[in-house]
Amino acid sequence: MKATPPPEILQAPLVVEFPFTRSLGPVQSAFLTGLRERTVLGVRTETGEILVPPVEYDPATAAELRDLVEVGVTGTVTTWAWNPEPRRGQPLATPFAWVLVRLDGADTAVLHALDAPGPEAVRTGLRVRIRWAAERSGAITDIACFEPYDSDPVVEHRPHDGLFADSVTGIVAPARLDYTYSPGAAQTRYLRGLAERRTVGERCPSCTKVYVPPRGACPTCGIATTDRVEVGPAGTVTTFCIVNIKAKNADIDVPYVYAHIALDGAGLALHGRIGGIPYDQVRMGLRVEPVWSEDGRYPDHYRPTGEPDADYDTYKELL
Amino acid sequence: MRPDREVAIVAFAQSDHRRRTDDLSEVEMVMPVLHEVLRQTGLKTSDIGFTCSGSSDYLAGRAFSFTMALDGVGAWPPISESHVETDGAWALYEAWVKLLTGEADTALVYSYGKSSPGSVRDVLTRQLDPYYLAPLWPDSVALAALQAQALLDSGTTDEPALAAIAARSREDAAENPHAQLRGARPQGGYVVRPLRTGDCPPIGDGAAAVILAAGDRARELCARPAWIRGMDHRIEAHSLGVRDLTDSPSTRLAAERAGAFDAPVDTAELHAPFTSQEVVLRRALDLDDSVRVNPSGGVLAANPVMAAGLIRLGEAAARIHRGDSDRALAHATSGPCLQQNLVAVLEGENRA
Repeated sequence: MKATPPPEILQAPLVVEFPFTRSLGPVQSAFLTGLRERTVLGVRTETGEILVPPVEYDPATAAELRDLVEVGVTGTVTTWAWNPEPRRGQPLATPFAWVLVRLDGADTAVLHALDAPGPEAVRTGLRVRIRWAAERSGAITDIACFEPYDSDPVVEHRPHDGLFADSVTGIVAPARLDYTYSPGAAQTRYLRGLAERRTVGERCPSCTKVYVPPRGACPTCGIATTDRVEVGPAGTVTTFCIVNIKAKNADIDVPYVYAHIALDGAGLALHGRIGGIPYDQVRMGLRVEPVWSEDGRYPDHYRPTGEPDADYDTYKELL
Repeated sequence: MRPDREVAIVAFAQSDHRRRTDDLSEVEMVMPVLHEVLRQTGLKTSDIGFTCSGSSDYLAGRAFSFTMALDGVGAWPPISESHVETDGAWALYEAWVKLLTGEADTALVYSYGKSSPGSVRDVLTRQLDPYYLAPLWPDSVALAALQAQALLDSGTTDEPALAAIAARSREDAAENPHAQLRGARPQGGYVVRPLRTGDCPPIGDGAAAVILAAGDRARELCARPAWIRGMDHRIEAHSLGVRDLTDSPSTRLAAERAGAFDAPVDTAELHAPFTSQEVVLRRALDLDDSVRVNPSGGVLAANPVMAAGLIRLGEAAARIHRGDSDRALAHATSGPCLQQNLVAVLEGENRA
């Protein structure tokens, strides 16, 4: 069989979601705890500049910075950008301006959203103030957004010891990204074969090794695999392990056996669970065959065929 | 300061950049450009002394996708190999350093990006400061728009000037068969004001590869090698609110260290994903109208993220290979608002 383009591209939604738990240094902890208490802290550099939001090391000299000051909750827009279509996770659900705001008493600007009726209401130099979130936890989102607020700029700041009751020491930053996964040509061909209960590998035209599952390239020769080769259905356990710890959300009782299985005709072993035999009777050389999932789209596990065990020499190169 | 060892880009290949490549896995997309640079030089995989790649798993949401892509170079039995989780321009930098040490005489550098499976504007928010920025999900266009407005406010540029950069880039791309946007198109409405559709790069998938070689090996492999006379990369302060967004001191410093100001260049390939960023880079690099900027159409015509910077080095080198340039500057960037910048100076030897 020659490799041919798949009739149609396989696609599936893929969600990558992870809550990053991050610890805070002393300056970040004071700043984020301060936001919870509606207090904005900056940090003073050796040259007397007040950085808001504060960092723990001077961006110019790398000196350790610990000298905290309290700055105002009003400030001035230093640049802005009108966002007509808010995206998931952004501070406001209605059109808003992204702004960099230099708070009164600070020398640097903080990024956030500005709630304004439209772009004509926003300009660089606009005076604004913080709108606090109703529920605050010690995070940058404790600032709900900025809002226009006419006031005179003040440049005062006063020392702050950074001490609060119950200071936050970490944040949990959830992240979610949505993708549409498509497996590419070789893996699409493989998955379509599986749906017909056929395991079809692909052969390297140079070294003739048959890859199962195929990924499109021979990692030894660095060229595309071409000829399609049906392998199995039966194969040989080349090595295995006994799993004694239940994986989260897995509905398989432990202990069970996970094995490398060299399907007949394949140039390397694939992974699979072994069933239909007590876990302590699985052995290298055991002959197995696939048991297809209920919807018949992939092998759920492999079970013994009842044939005599394979001779070691027949699979020693596939370990 | 000139490097102790002569190293040149001797081959360059890139894919035809497309909005989607659903029919191809990463390795299936990368393999043709790897084979093309090997074909150009006549080298085999086993002749390559060092291999280095650049990519990011976040783009397509595929964990360890770079190990899958490695299948395409014939990495088994193990080869001397490395990977950077950023643009391939930095992979080229690593390979250059490797060749300067004398540990290898040839290097294969490649990179690829598939932005189509995800939403690249949102994906790129995950590279930001996790405490103060990432929780707000400020997307890549929004951050560039803040920089663009700062430029407008400073009087450095205006919307018609930005539109002219967009038009020139896509008109130049008409001659580039690999580009995704070939030929001028309307500026369109605001994506994030003041940036319009035309000010933003296309979203797409693609791959690129180059081969580096040292000394006489380079002369054997290429009729007119593009010698790397200097290369350096520098970074801005972490927080956007600390920076002057209308300037790029890191680009200027990298260019100084790469020797860019020692003699005029005739060509510059600038990695400016947004029109406004070309304005910043031209000023930082002191490029006047005598310099041909982005004859390829640049990133505004094709933006395979993670490969787009390497392509700037490749396009500049290819121009030297063809005899269209004698001394070219190539620039690559990474991060929001030109956060990190790499500058290389490439030269062809005098023609008889």
